[in-house]
Amino acid sequence: MRKILTGNYAVAEAVKLADVEFIAAYPITPQTTIVERLAEMVERGELNAEFVRVESEHSALAAVYGASAGGLRAFTATSSHGLLYMYEMCWWVANSRLPVVMAVVTRTIGPPWNIHTEHTDILTLRDTGWIIAMSENAQEALDLTLLGFKIAEQVNLPFAIGLDGFQVSHTAEVVDVPESLDGFLPKRERFFVIEPGNPITVGGLTENECSMTIRKEMAKDMERVGELVRNSGYVRDYDLVEEYRMEDAEYVVISMGAWCGDMKDAIDILREKGVQIGMLRLRFVRPFPKEFVEKLDCKVLVVDRNYSVGLGGIIATEVKSIANCDVHGIVAGLGGVDVGVDDFVSMFRKFVRGELKGWWP
Amino acid sequence: MLEVMILSFGGQGGVTAARILAIAALNEGKFAQAIPQFGAERRGALVRSYLRISDRPIRRHSSIKDPDVVAIFSEKILGIVDVSAETVVINSKEPKIKGRVYYVDASSIALDLGLISAGWPIVNTAMAGAMARVFGFSIESLKKAIGETFSGKLAELNVKAAEKAYREVKEWNA
Repeated sequence: MRKILTGNYAVAEAVKLADVEFIAAYPITPQTTIVERLAEMVERGELNAEFVRVESEHSALAAVYGASAGGLRAFTATSSHGLLYMYEMCWWVANSRLPVVMAVVTRTIGPPWNIHTEHTDILTLRDTGWIIAMSENAQEALDLTLLGFKIAEQVNLPFAIGLDGFQVSHTAEVVDVPESLDGFLPKRERFFVIEPGNPITVGGLTENECSMTIRKEMAKDMERVGELVRNSGYVRDYDLVEEYRMEDAEYVVISMGAWCGDMKDAIDILREKGVQIGMLRLRFVRPFPKEFVEKLDCKVLVVDRNYSVGLGGIIATEVKSIANCDVHGIVAGLGGVDVGVDDFVSMFRKFVRGELKGWWP
Repeated sequence: MLEVMILSFGGQGGVTAARILAIAALNEGKFAQAIPQFGAERRGALVRSYLRISDRPIRRHSSIKDPDVVAIFSEKILGIVDVSAETVVINSKEPKIKGRVYYVDASSIALDLGLISAGWPIVNTAMAGAMARVFGFSIESLKKAIGETFSGKLAELNVKAAEKAYREVKEWNA
């Protein structure tokens, strides 16, 4: 059924459809309306879940950790400073192989205090072992949340869905909400069980080799994610990337998130003027869609809404480590600085002419 | 694609009006985006909210810089903001500014129906009625959208406000 929903409400609808059993969260702008909506759903009896209010994000993910280890389908959501505050628990969840799903509404990390979008926050998860997806719009925020539960429970790795703060989280747009999931999401199966009377240890002190084995096994399961996404059986087809007007492209833009919609409009304008340009949009950052980047045979521009001080844009750095062609990186829109269709038209023109520098604006 | 900027004071319902019109656009078989001002909205402060309406899916998410239509929820806003757009919809007994102006006395409509909060007329649904007329939406699409947004007696009163403004809005060219 088609509805007008914000990205945050679309995520809440997905959590409800997934019959999530446990939610713990701490409010932070621009994430707050996800858990506000979920609290309403629980209160009205639309969602049969335990909703635990906690005193911090660290506690939120700790509570979700316990619930997930105990076998429940569990969810949380956060942004920016909240994600950093729960960072230690992010590693506990990943290495304990718990299929937690978390929405990360991307927001600039301060100081100075700033509530607008930037992707540096969600990218702090990149080494943890979480699957990381980034939505372009409210529809994808809903779809990727549902896919998140499916994939996370298939590979026993946690799943983070990114939504650009305000641009997706608070923009109300047309979303097709499935009436039901028709068995898409079966009851969660556990590969270890904690229950009363049968104690096991999770995360205790071990031989060093055990730590290494855990990371190697996580890597193996992470490798399966692409295939599982492509064959998920969801009502809409998904892959780790979206290829837009790539057929005969001499120039390819790589980026992720809400502004990719603006980039597509810019690409259409340039295509009309005869510029052979397309886009490889990263729908997933982990696993990194290596196979799509490796086969590129053209001039590549990576537009990063994040920055690693001392090296450069994070995605550009990763693309350069994989690509077999020329890669130019540009950092843009940090701190939520607005970058729209007109900006991308002139950015891409400069790129084609070989005149583009490293920062925009 | 039609791009709209709504200028209101916090508490007048500019954000809700954008949301209702997006639902009405969906009811018309169109695509729409309702975008609140990103940041802190405060009662009494000038609030900008935005609306995009299109026959095709809307992909862009950047802000609207050059709107086709500006809706002004209070005459006082003209003293704060320099308004320039091809089309203006204003809450006023008179057109007030030059150009293609649609004007309607939304404040009186809201006051007559008792749509008042903390002493202010809440003009969102009356202004939504005027804008729906300007966009060429049917009154049914709008009524349905209001029905999804409010319930009971409040829905009834808001539908009345929207219908009245939809009927009474006047066009003026100068």
